[in-house]
Amino acid sequence: MNAAGPVAVPGAGEPAPMERVDLRQEFNEVGIGEVLDQLDRELIGLKPVKTRIREIASLLLIERIRKRMSLTSDVPTLHMSFTGNPGTGKTTVALRIAAILHKLGFVRRGQVISVTRDELVGQYIGHTAPKTKEILKKAMGGVLFIDEAYYLHRPDNERDYGQEAIEILLQVMESQREDLVVILAGYGDRMDKFFGSNPGFRSRIAHHIDFPDYSDDELLSIAELMLHDMNYKFTPDARAAFSRYIALRKTQPLFANGRSIRNALDRMRLRQANRLVADLDRVLTADDIMSLEAVDVLASRVFANGKGG
Amino acid sequence: MRITQGCFSFLPDLTDEQITRQVQYALEKGWAVNLEFTDDPHPRNNLWEMWGLPMFDLRDAAGVMMELNECRKVYGDRYIRMSAFDSSHGWESVRLSFIVNRPKEEPGFALERHEGVGRNIRYTTKSYAVDRPEGTRYGAK
Repeated sequence: MNAAGPVAVPGAGEPAPMERVDLRQEFNEVGIGEVLDQLDRELIGLKPVKTRIREIASLLLIERIRKRMSLTSDVPTLHMSFTGNPGTGKTTVALRIAAILHKLGFVRRGQVISVTRDELVGQYIGHTAPKTKEILKKAMGGVLFIDEAYYLHRPDNERDYGQEAIEILLQVMESQREDLVVILAGYGDRMDKFFGSNPGFRSRIAHHIDFPDYSDDELLSIAELMLHDMNYKFTPDARAAFSRYIALRKTQPLFANGRSIRNALDRMRLRQANRLVADLDRVLTADDIMSLEAVDVLASRVFANGKGG
Repeated sequence: MRITQGCFSFLPDLTDEQITRQVQYALEKGWAVNLEFTDDPHPRNNLWEMWGLPMFDLRDAAGVMMELNECRKVYGDRYIRMSAFDSSHGWESVRLSFIVNRPKEEPGFALERHEGVGRNIRYTTKSYAVDRPEGTRYGAK
Protein backbone atom coordinates (compact mmCIF):
# COMPACT_ATOMS: atom_id res chain seq x y z
CA MET A 1 0.00 0.00 0.00
CA ASN A 2 2.64 2.47 1.09
CA ALA A 3 4.91 1.67 -1.82
CA ALA A 4 2.09 2.26 -4.28
CA GLY A 5 1.22 5.59 -2.68
CA PRO A 6 3.43 8.08 -4.49
CA VAL A 7 3.11 6.50 -7.94
CA ALA A 8 -0.61 7.10 -8.09
CA VAL A 9 -2.40 5.92 -11.18
CA PRO A 10 -4.36 8.83 -12.60
CA GLY A 11 -8.03 8.66 -11.66
CA ALA A 12 -7.57 5.70 -9.31
CA GLY A 13 -9.66 6.87 -6.40
CA GLU A 14 -10.53 3.31 -5.48
CA PRO A 15 -9.01 0.01 -6.57
CA ALA A 16 -10.03 -0.84 -10.09
CA PRO A 17 -12.39 -3.81 -10.44
CA MET A 18 -10.52 -7.05 -10.88
CA GLU A 19 -10.66 -8.82 -14.20
CA ARG A 20 -9.68 -12.34 -13.24
CA VAL A 21 -9.42 -14.27 -9.99
CA ASP A 22 -7.56 -17.41 -9.07
CA LEU A 23 -10.34 -19.33 -7.37
CA ARG A 24 -8.09 -21.73 -5.52
CA GLN A 25 -5.94 -18.94 -4.20
CA GLU A 26 -9.02 -17.05 -3.11
CA PHE A 27 -10.40 -20.16 -1.40
CA ASN A 28 -7.15 -20.74 0.46
CA GLU A 29 -6.82 -17.10 1.35
CA VAL A 30 -10.10 -16.86 3.23
CA GLY A 31 -9.40 -20.15 5.00
CA ILE A 32 -12.93 -21.53 4.94
CA GLY A 33 -11.53 -24.85 3.75
CA GLU A 34 -10.34 -25.70 7.22
CA VAL A 35 -13.62 -24.65 8.83
CA LEU A 36 -15.52 -26.89 6.42
CA ASP A 37 -13.12 -29.77 7.02
CA GLN A 38 -13.49 -29.29 10.74
CA LEU A 39 -17.24 -29.37 10.28
CA ASP A 40 -16.95 -32.68 8.44
CA ARG A 41 -14.58 -34.11 10.99
CA GLU A 42 -16.26 -33.06 14.20
CA LEU A 43 -19.88 -33.37 13.25
CA ILE A 44 -21.07 -36.88 12.59
CA GLY A 45 -23.92 -37.46 10.16
CA LEU A 46 -25.98 -34.37 9.27
CA LYS A 47 -25.35 -34.92 5.56
CA PRO A 48 -28.03 -32.50 4.30
CA VAL A 49 -26.82 -29.81 6.70
CA LYS A 50 -23.22 -30.12 5.61
CA THR A 51 -24.19 -30.05 1.94
CA ARG A 52 -26.24 -26.95 2.53
CA ILE A 53 -23.45 -25.20 4.41
CA ARG A 54 -21.00 -26.01 1.63
CA GLU A 55 -23.46 -24.52 -0.84
CA ILE A 56 -23.82 -21.38 1.23
CA ALA A 57 -20.06 -21.10 1.67
CA SER A 58 -19.53 -21.45 -2.09
CA LEU A 59 -22.21 -18.87 -2.80
CA LEU A 60 -20.61 -16.44 -0.39
CA LEU A 61 -17.17 -17.02 -1.84
CA ILE A 62 -18.47 -16.24 -5.32
CA GLU A 63 -20.41 -13.28 -3.95
CA ARG A 64 -17.21 -11.96 -2.43
CA ILE A 65 -15.40 -12.25 -5.76
CA ARG A 66 -18.32 -10.63 -7.59
CA LYS A 67 -18.09 -7.73 -5.19
CA ARG A 68 -14.39 -7.29 -5.89
CA MET A 69 -15.15 -7.37 -9.63
CA SER A 70 -17.81 -4.70 -9.03
CA LEU A 71 -20.53 -6.97 -10.38
CA THR A 72 -22.64 -6.63 -7.28
CA SER A 73 -22.87 -4.15 -4.49
CA ASP A 74 -25.71 -5.14 -2.19
CA VAL A 75 -25.28 -7.39 0.78
CA PRO A 76 -26.87 -10.81 0.42
CA THR A 77 -29.48 -11.79 2.99
CA LEU A 78 -27.84 -14.22 5.34
CA HIS A 79 -30.45 -14.74 8.03
CA MET A 80 -31.08 -18.43 8.58
CA SER A 81 -33.45 -20.73 10.34
CA PHE A 82 -32.40 -24.06 11.80
CA THR A 83 -35.14 -26.55 12.45
CA GLY A 84 -34.72 -29.92 14.03
CA ASN A 85 -35.23 -31.98 17.14
CA PRO A 86 -33.34 -31.23 20.34
CA GLY A 87 -29.71 -32.27 20.44
CA THR A 88 -29.18 -32.40 16.67
CA GLY A 89 -26.31 -29.91 16.74
CA LYS A 90 -28.02 -26.64 15.84
CA THR A 91 -25.97 -24.50 18.23
CA THR A 92 -22.70 -26.14 17.21
CA VAL A 93 -23.43 -25.53 13.56
CA ALA A 94 -24.34 -21.91 14.32
CA LEU A 95 -20.87 -21.42 15.81
CA ARG A 96 -19.29 -22.86 12.67
CA ILE A 97 -21.45 -20.69 10.44
CA ALA A 98 -20.30 -17.64 12.36
CA ALA A 99 -16.69 -18.67 11.77
CA ILE A 100 -17.32 -19.13 8.05
CA LEU A 101 -19.12 -15.79 7.72
CA HIS A 102 -16.33 -14.08 9.61
CA LYS A 103 -13.62 -15.58 7.42
CA LEU A 104 -15.47 -14.52 4.29
CA GLY A 105 -15.92 -11.04 5.68
CA PHE A 106 -19.72 -11.05 5.80
CA VAL A 107 -19.71 -10.37 9.53
CA ARG A 108 -17.05 -8.14 11.00
CA ARG A 109 -16.34 -9.67 14.41
CA GLY A 110 -17.66 -13.23 14.29
CA GLN A 111 -19.03 -13.52 17.82
CA VAL A 112 -22.16 -15.58 18.48
CA ILE A 113 -24.69 -14.29 20.99
CA SER A 114 -27.03 -17.09 21.95
CA VAL A 115 -30.33 -16.00 23.49
CA THR A 116 -33.78 -17.32 24.28
CA ARG A 117 -37.10 -15.56 24.84
CA ASP A 118 -36.14 -14.51 28.37
CA GLU A 119 -33.32 -12.30 27.19
CA LEU A 120 -35.36 -10.52 24.53
CA VAL A 121 -38.79 -10.07 26.05
CA GLY A 122 -39.41 -7.88 29.08
CA GLN A 123 -41.72 -8.33 32.02
CA TYR A 124 -43.67 -5.10 31.89
CA ILE A 125 -44.61 -2.34 29.48
CA GLY A 126 -41.59 -0.49 28.14
CA HIS A 127 -39.15 -3.14 29.27
CA THR A 128 -38.99 -5.13 26.05
CA ALA A 129 -37.60 -2.59 23.59
CA PRO A 130 -34.46 -1.68 25.59
CA LYS A 131 -33.87 -5.34 26.37
CA THR A 132 -34.14 -6.48 22.77
CA LYS A 133 -32.04 -3.56 21.58
CA GLU A 134 -29.33 -4.29 24.11
CA ILE A 135 -29.03 -7.84 22.82
CA LEU A 136 -29.07 -6.64 19.22
CA LYS A 137 -26.31 -4.16 19.95
CA LYS A 138 -24.19 -6.86 21.55
CA ALA A 139 -24.71 -9.07 18.52
CA MET A 140 -23.80 -6.37 16.00
CA GLY A 141 -20.88 -7.47 13.87
CA GLY A 142 -21.63 -11.10 14.60
CA VAL A 143 -24.38 -13.67 14.75
CA LEU A 144 -27.47 -13.55 16.92
CA PHE A 145 -28.65 -17.08 17.64
CA ILE A 146 -32.22 -17.23 18.95
CA ASP A 147 -32.92 -20.65 20.38
CA GLU A 148 -36.52 -21.86 20.49
CA ALA A 149 -37.55 -18.77 18.61
CA TYR A 150 -41.23 -19.81 18.41
CA TYR A 151 -41.63 -18.87 22.09
CA LEU A 152 -41.38 -15.24 21.01
CA HIS A 153 -44.89 -15.49 19.64
CA ARG A 154 -47.64 -16.50 22.03
CA PRO A 155 -50.85 -16.67 20.04
CA ASP A 156 -52.97 -17.34 23.16
CA ASN A 157 -52.05 -13.99 24.71
CA GLU A 158 -52.51 -11.00 22.48
CA ARG A 159 -51.02 -8.59 25.02
CA ASP A 160 -47.82 -10.60 25.14
CA TYR A 161 -44.68 -8.48 24.81
CA GLY A 162 -43.11 -11.02 22.48
CA GLN A 163 -44.71 -9.29 19.50
CA GLU A 164 -42.83 -6.10 20.33
CA ALA A 165 -39.53 -7.98 20.33
CA ILE A 166 -40.45 -9.56 16.98
CA GLU A 167 -41.13 -6.16 15.44
CA ILE A 168 -37.80 -4.73 16.59
CA LEU A 169 -36.01 -7.83 15.36
CA LEU A 170 -37.66 -7.65 11.96
CA GLN A 171 -36.82 -3.99 11.59
CA VAL A 172 -33.14 -4.48 12.41
CA MET A 173 -32.92 -7.66 10.32
CA GLU A 174 -34.06 -5.62 7.35
CA SER A 175 -32.31 -2.31 7.85
CA GLN A 176 -28.97 -3.52 9.22
CA ARG A 177 -28.37 -6.61 7.15
CA GLU A 178 -24.70 -5.81 6.78
CA ASP A 179 -24.25 -5.49 10.55
CA LEU A 180 -25.65 -8.72 11.86
CA VAL A 181 -26.91 -12.15 10.93
CA VAL A 182 -29.85 -13.64 12.79
CA ILE A 183 -30.25 -17.40 13.12
CA LEU A 184 -33.54 -18.72 14.46
CA ALA A 185 -33.63 -22.24 15.82
CA GLY A 186 -36.31 -24.56 17.10
CA TYR A 187 -38.32 -27.71 16.57
CA GLY A 188 -39.60 -28.19 13.06
CA ASP A 189 -43.37 -28.22 13.50
CA ARG A 190 -43.48 -25.36 15.99
CA MET A 191 -41.20 -23.21 13.85
CA ASP A 192 -43.53 -23.79 10.90
CA LYS A 193 -46.41 -22.52 12.99
CA PHE A 194 -44.29 -19.56 14.11
CA PHE A 195 -43.44 -18.63 10.53
CA GLY A 196 -47.06 -19.12 9.60
CA SER A 197 -48.18 -16.45 12.04
CA ASN A 198 -45.20 -14.16 11.30
CA PRO A 199 -44.87 -14.12 7.52
CA GLY A 200 -42.39 -11.24 7.82
CA PHE A 201 -39.84 -13.60 9.28
CA ARG A 202 -40.15 -16.25 6.62
CA SER A 203 -39.58 -13.82 3.80
CA ARG A 204 -36.58 -12.21 5.50
CA ILE A 205 -34.82 -15.50 6.01
CA ALA A 206 -32.82 -16.74 3.07
CA HIS A 207 -31.73 -20.16 4.24
CA HIS A 208 -33.95 -22.70 5.92
CA ILE A 209 -31.92 -25.68 7.08
CA ASP A 210 -33.50 -28.81 8.49
CA PHE A 211 -31.51 -30.95 10.91
CA PRO A 212 -32.38 -34.66 10.66
CA ASP A 213 -32.33 -37.02 13.64
CA TYR A 214 -29.26 -39.19 14.05
CA SER A 215 -29.27 -42.88 13.20
CA ASP A 216 -28.19 -45.46 15.81
CA ASP A 217 -24.76 -45.87 14.23
CA GLU A 218 -24.23 -42.13 14.15
CA LEU A 219 -25.16 -41.83 17.80
CA LEU A 220 -22.63 -44.54 18.64
CA SER A 221 -19.93 -42.69 16.71
CA ILE A 222 -20.89 -39.49 18.51
CA ALA A 223 -20.56 -41.28 21.84
CA GLU A 224 -17.12 -42.56 20.92
CA LEU A 225 -16.01 -39.15 19.72
CA MET A 226 -17.19 -37.58 22.99
CA LEU A 227 -15.42 -40.27 25.02
CA HIS A 228 -12.28 -39.81 22.98
CA ASP A 229 -12.33 -36.08 23.74
CA MET A 230 -12.68 -36.84 27.45
CA ASN A 231 -9.92 -39.51 27.34
CA TYR A 232 -12.26 -42.41 27.97
CA LYS A 233 -13.00 -45.46 25.86
CA PHE A 234 -15.46 -48.35 25.65
CA THR A 235 -14.33 -51.92 26.11
CA PRO A 236 -15.69 -54.09 23.26
CA ASP A 237 -18.42 -55.44 25.55
CA ALA A 238 -19.39 -51.99 26.69
CA ARG A 239 -19.58 -50.82 23.10
CA ALA A 240 -22.01 -53.60 22.24
CA ALA A 241 -24.02 -52.84 25.37
CA PHE A 242 -24.12 -49.15 24.50
CA SER A 243 -25.45 -49.77 21.02
CA ARG A 244 -28.28 -51.75 22.65
CA TYR A 245 -28.71 -48.86 25.07
CA ILE A 246 -29.14 -46.43 22.18
CA ALA A 247 -31.75 -48.58 20.50
CA LEU A 248 -33.72 -48.82 23.74
CA ARG A 249 -33.30 -45.17 24.71
CA LYS A 250 -34.61 -43.98 21.36
CA THR A 251 -37.94 -45.65 21.97
CA GLN A 252 -38.37 -43.84 25.27
CA PRO A 253 -39.82 -40.35 25.63
CA LEU A 254 -37.73 -37.16 25.90
CA PHE A 255 -34.96 -38.47 23.73
CA ALA A 256 -32.70 -35.56 22.80
CA ASN A 257 -30.19 -37.07 20.36
CA GLY A 258 -26.64 -35.86 21.10
CA ARG A 259 -27.60 -34.32 24.42
CA SER A 260 -29.08 -37.60 25.71
CA ILE A 261 -25.89 -39.37 24.71
CA ARG A 262 -23.79 -36.83 26.57
CA ASN A 263 -25.92 -37.24 29.69
CA ALA A 264 -25.77 -41.02 29.45
CA LEU A 265 -22.00 -40.88 29.20
CA ASP A 266 -21.81 -38.63 32.23
CA ARG A 267 -23.84 -41.13 34.25
CA MET A 268 -21.63 -43.96 33.04
CA ARG A 269 -18.52 -42.11 34.15
CA LEU A 270 -20.19 -41.71 37.52
CA ARG A 271 -20.86 -45.45 37.78
CA GLN A 272 -17.35 -46.29 36.60
CA ALA A 273 -15.82 -44.04 39.25
CA ASN A 274 -18.04 -45.62 41.87
CA ARG A 275 -17.07 -49.10 40.75
CA LEU A 276 -13.37 -48.26 40.91
CA VAL A 277 -13.62 -46.65 44.34
CA ALA A 278 -15.59 -49.62 45.71
CA ASP A 279 -12.46 -51.75 45.55
CA LEU A 280 -9.74 -49.78 47.24
CA ASP A 281 -7.18 -52.57 47.55
CA ARG A 282 -5.89 -52.69 44.04
CA VAL A 283 -3.45 -50.91 41.81
CA LEU A 284 -5.09 -49.10 38.92
CA THR A 285 -3.53 -48.73 35.51
CA ALA A 286 -4.23 -45.86 33.19
CA ASP A 287 -6.18 -48.32 31.08
CA ASP A 288 -8.52 -49.15 33.99
CA ILE A 289 -9.20 -45.46 34.56
CA MET A 290 -9.92 -44.87 30.90
CA SER A 291 -12.13 -47.87 30.24
CA LEU A 292 -15.88 -47.98 30.59
CA GLU A 293 -16.98 -51.57 31.16
CA ALA A 294 -20.17 -53.28 30.11
CA VAL A 295 -21.44 -53.24 33.72
CA ASP A 296 -21.25 -49.44 33.76
CA VAL A 297 -23.52 -49.36 30.75
CA LEU A 298 -25.87 -52.13 31.76
CA ALA A 299 -26.61 -50.64 35.19
CA SER A 300 -28.65 -47.96 33.41
CA ARG A 301 -32.33 -47.51 34.23
CA VAL A 302 -33.08 -47.75 30.54
CA PHE A 303 -32.40 -51.47 30.57
CA ALA A 304 -34.45 -52.02 33.74
CA ASN A 305 -37.45 -50.29 32.18
CA GLY A 306 -36.98 -52.23 28.97
CA LYS A 307 -37.16 -55.55 30.79
CA GLY A 308 -39.96 -54.48 33.12
CA GLY A 309 -42.32 -53.18 30.50
CA MET B 1 -19.43 30.52 18.42
CA ARG B 2 -18.33 26.93 18.01
CA ILE B 3 -18.16 24.98 21.25
CA THR B 4 -14.84 23.25 21.77
CA GLN B 5 -15.22 20.52 24.35
CA GLY B 6 -13.63 17.09 24.38
CA CYS B 7 -11.49 15.52 21.69
CA PHE B 8 -11.43 16.59 18.05
CA SER B 9 -13.41 19.75 18.74
CA PHE B 10 -10.95 21.99 16.88
CA LEU B 11 -11.27 19.77 13.81
CA PRO B 12 -14.12 19.94 11.34
CA ASP B 13 -17.09 17.83 12.46
CA LEU B 14 -16.37 14.12 12.16
CA THR B 15 -18.23 12.21 9.49
CA ASP B 16 -20.22 9.14 10.50
CA GLU B 17 -17.49 6.94 9.11
CA GLN B 18 -14.89 8.68 11.24
CA ILE B 19 -17.13 8.44 14.30
CA THR B 20 -17.59 4.72 13.65
CA ARG B 21 -13.86 4.19 13.58
CA GLN B 22 -13.31 6.13 16.78
CA VAL B 23 -16.04 4.10 18.48
CA GLN B 24 -14.52 0.87 17.21
CA TYR B 25 -11.15 1.95 18.59
CA ALA B 26 -12.72 2.55 22.00
CA LEU B 27 -14.59 -0.77 21.94
CA GLU B 28 -11.42 -2.64 21.05
CA LYS B 29 -9.75 -1.05 24.06
CA GLY B 30 -12.58 -2.50 26.16
CA TRP B 31 -14.24 0.82 26.93
CA ALA B 32 -18.01 1.18 27.08
CA VAL B 33 -19.19 3.86 24.68
CA ASN B 34 -22.24 5.84 25.72
CA LEU B 35 -24.25 8.76 24.41
CA GLU B 36 -25.11 11.96 26.24
CA PHE B 37 -27.01 15.04 25.14
CA THR B 38 -27.71 18.53 26.40
CA ASP B 39 -28.88 21.93 25.25
CA ASP B 40 -26.93 23.87 27.84
CA PRO B 41 -23.51 24.49 26.32
CA HIS B 42 -21.88 26.08 29.37
CA PRO B 43 -18.39 24.61 29.81
CA ARG B 44 -19.05 23.87 33.48
CA ASN B 45 -22.10 21.80 32.59
CA ASN B 46 -20.38 18.45 32.98
CA LEU B 47 -23.32 16.18 33.61
CA TRP B 48 -25.23 15.80 30.41
CA GLU B 49 -28.28 13.62 30.14
CA MET B 50 -27.68 10.06 29.11
CA TRP B 51 -29.35 8.59 26.04
CA GLY B 52 -30.75 5.18 26.92
CA LEU B 53 -28.94 2.71 29.10
CA PRO B 54 -25.17 2.33 29.38
CA MET B 55 -23.91 0.07 26.61
CA PHE B 56 -21.53 -2.53 27.95
CA ASP B 57 -20.18 -5.63 26.20
CA LEU B 58 -20.52 -4.34 22.66
CA ARG B 59 -18.18 -5.75 20.03
CA ASP B 60 -18.99 -3.63 17.03
CA ALA B 61 -19.54 0.07 16.52
CA ALA B 62 -22.74 -0.55 14.53
CA GLY B 63 -24.68 -0.89 17.79
CA VAL B 64 -23.55 2.53 19.01
CA MET B 65 -24.18 4.11 15.62
CA MET B 66 -27.73 2.72 15.68
CA GLU B 67 -28.32 4.51 18.99
CA LEU B 68 -26.66 7.68 17.73
CA ASN B 69 -29.01 7.81 14.76
CA GLU B 70 -32.01 7.29 17.04
CA CYS B 71 -30.75 10.01 19.36
CA ARG B 72 -30.25 12.39 16.44
CA LYS B 73 -33.82 11.79 15.34
CA VAL B 74 -35.09 12.95 18.72
CA TYR B 75 -32.44 15.48 19.82
CA GLY B 76 -30.87 16.47 16.51
CA ASP B 77 -31.05 20.14 17.54
CA ARG B 78 -28.88 19.65 20.63
CA TYR B 79 -25.33 18.75 21.51
CA ILE B 80 -24.69 15.01 21.55
CA ARG B 81 -21.41 13.54 22.72
CA MET B 82 -19.90 10.11 22.93
CA SER B 83 -18.06 9.13 26.05
CA ALA B 84 -15.90 6.03 26.32
CA PHE B 85 -15.80 4.72 29.87
CA ASP B 86 -12.95 2.54 31.04
CA SER B 87 -14.13 0.33 33.88
CA SER B 88 -10.74 -1.27 34.54
CA HIS B 89 -9.24 -0.97 37.98
CA GLY B 90 -7.32 2.23 38.55
CA TRP B 91 -9.07 4.11 35.73
CA GLU B 92 -12.78 3.79 36.35
CA SER B 93 -13.40 6.98 34.44
CA VAL B 94 -14.10 8.41 31.02
CA ARG B 95 -11.09 7.97 28.74
CA LEU B 96 -12.35 9.65 25.60
CA SER B 97 -15.17 12.01 24.89
CA PHE B 98 -16.11 13.95 21.79
CA ILE B 99 -19.03 15.87 20.37
CA VAL B 100 -20.83 14.09 17.54
CA ASN B 101 -23.75 16.42 16.98
CA ARG B 102 -24.21 20.13 17.47
CA PRO B 103 -26.99 22.66 16.82
CA LYS B 104 -27.02 24.45 13.48
CA GLU B 105 -26.56 27.83 15.11
CA GLU B 106 -24.44 28.30 18.17
CA PRO B 107 -25.09 31.78 19.51
CA GLY B 108 -22.10 31.84 21.84
CA PHE B 109 -21.61 33.44 25.24
CA ALA B 110 -22.03 36.78 26.87
CA LEU B 111 -19.43 38.00 29.36
CA GLU B 112 -21.13 39.56 32.37
CA ARG B 113 -19.25 41.85 34.73
CA HIS B 114 -20.52 42.03 38.28
CA GLU B 115 -19.25 45.12 40.00
CA GLY B 116 -18.46 44.34 43.61
CA VAL B 117 -17.12 46.27 46.54
CA GLY B 118 -14.56 48.89 45.60
CA ARG B 119 -13.28 48.38 42.07
CA ASN B 120 -13.64 44.58 42.34
CA ILE B 121 -15.15 42.87 39.27
CA ARG B 122 -16.33 39.28 39.00
CA TYR B 123 -16.80 37.77 35.56
CA THR B 124 -19.47 35.26 34.50
CA THR B 125 -20.05 33.63 31.13
CA LYS B 126 -23.60 32.97 30.10
CA SER B 127 -24.79 31.29 26.93
CA TYR B 128 -27.31 33.24 24.87
CA ALA B 129 -29.01 29.93 24.21
CA VAL B 130 -30.13 29.47 27.81
CA ASP B 131 -32.28 32.58 27.74
CA ARG B 132 -35.01 30.35 26.48
CA PRO B 133 -36.37 27.41 28.51
CA GLU B 134 -34.95 23.98 28.12
CA GLY B 135 -36.11 22.10 25.04
CA THR B 136 -36.92 25.25 23.07
CA ARG B 137 -33.35 26.47 22.70
CA TYR B 138 -31.70 26.43 19.28
CA GLY B 139 -34.86 27.26 17.42
CA ALA B 140 -36.52 23.84 17.47
CA LYS B 141 -40.23 23.56 18.21
